[in-house]
Amino acid sequence: MDTDQHDITVSVNGVRYTRRVESRMLLSDFLRHDLALAGTHVGCEHGVCGACTVLLDGQPVRSCLMLAVQAKGHEISTVEGLASRDGAYHPLQQAMHDHHGLQCGYCTPGILMTMTAFLDENTSPSEDEIREALSGNLCRCTGYQNIVDAVMSAAMRMRG
Amino acid sequence: MKPAPFKYIAATSPEHALALKAQHGDDAKFLAGGQSLIPAMNFRLARPAILIDINEIEGLAGTRSRAQAVGVGPLTRYRALQRSEGFTQLFPLIGEALPHIAHPQIRNRGTIGGNLSHADPASELPAIAIALRARFRVRSAKRERSIEASEFFRGALTTDLQPDEMLVEVELPAPKPRSGSCFMEIARRRGDFAIVGVAATVTLGERDQCAEVRLSLCGVGETPVDASSAADGLIGQAPSDQAIREVAASLQGLIEPGGNVHATADYQRHIAGVLAERALQTACQRVHDGH
Repeated sequence: MDTDQHDITVSVNGVRYTRRVESRMLLSDFLRHDLALAGTHVGCEHGVCGACTVLLDGQPVRSCLMLAVQAKGHEISTVEGLASRDGAYHPLQQAMHDHHGLQCGYCTPGILMTMTAFLDENTSPSEDEIREALSGNLCRCTGYQNIVDAVMSAAMRMRG
Repeated sequence: MKPAPFKYIAATSPEHALALKAQHGDDAKFLAGGQSLIPAMNFRLARPAILIDINEIEGLAGTRSRAQAVGVGPLTRYRALQRSEGFTQLFPLIGEALPHIAHPQIRNRGTIGGNLSHADPASELPAIAIALRARFRVRSAKRERSIEASEFFRGALTTDLQPDEMLVEVELPAPKPRSGSCFMEIARRRGDFAIVGVAATVTLGERDQCAEVRLSLCGVGETPVDASSAADGLIGQAPSDQAIREVAASLQGLIEPGGNVHATADYQRHIAGVLAERALQTACQRVHDGH
């Protein structure tokens, strides 16, 4: 079967990268292997677990359900871009730490990307709205309660 | 690499995409949101030789209002419809079903045209298209035609689309005055595939008698099921609780669910009746509430 190569320029966390990729390279594998941004985790690789969630032009999407070549000319945000340059955590990262919102941590990057985008749109979410927004991210350790607590707390802190 | 090798072409216009499809036929697949196609490719269940990406084509997304109808572009993403208050007010049945379709990240990417062309029988939108009497405008490089939703779905993951055709618009007739609708679904978890989903629309006449009743289901067969004929006896009658119960019982006799790992066929049939009864009652109530 034929394959082909494409030259793409993608912006990830504000940094422009130009690379040659094979058509069938998934965005998740491109981020991890080609750009060495291994903070984006890969779980199920068919769109169920949410671990690989990144932002595409500001919106959370599954990076395992998108081809790297499709990211050409678009803006990607990953967990590596959440903390500020001086290393200070994003309020949600800090809240996840404070509320014990992670145990093994495998699902955490996807949850952070999903929920930071959610908090940008909904600054005063109810617990139900948080659970709905979180529904596409599987966590097998925490039972979710501490994650919900962390998001509630981060929302309050971000409102100031 | 997860998917098998393929050649990727980003189409620059509908004409470009259709010319490529005419050339390559079944060897090529259109790539819209990719939220069903890419998982199938990751499992190597789907191994298209060529992917024609339509995501960068301008003008394929969005809604267009016309007299008595709204046209929905095939590249319109679920999330865009959810964000459009005007659209979900005009078509509350769709607004009610959208949150049942997978999860926020999938809805940011998945498209209306991709969903309907994929034709998963457990998916909500095909059943809703039937309930709303949608018409599908399809194009090939050579011709254009229109297909009624009830004629579009031919089997599991199979539609009336020919190898050289693309769904280019879904035309939704505007709901009539004094109409109400309701969508209900049972799934193992929120966002999972439906064990059973029911879409109901009711239009009442001047004396509150039923003028039109539409009922359709997802998850109970190889295609979405148009069960409107179960409500034939209701036409011209007041939608009393008893009359609605009879429609639900008739619907249970009409469907032939196959059962699956999560639900036996008997359970699906039972739930279909329960949901149909509740959805019809709610739809009737909403005519009065102006929902």
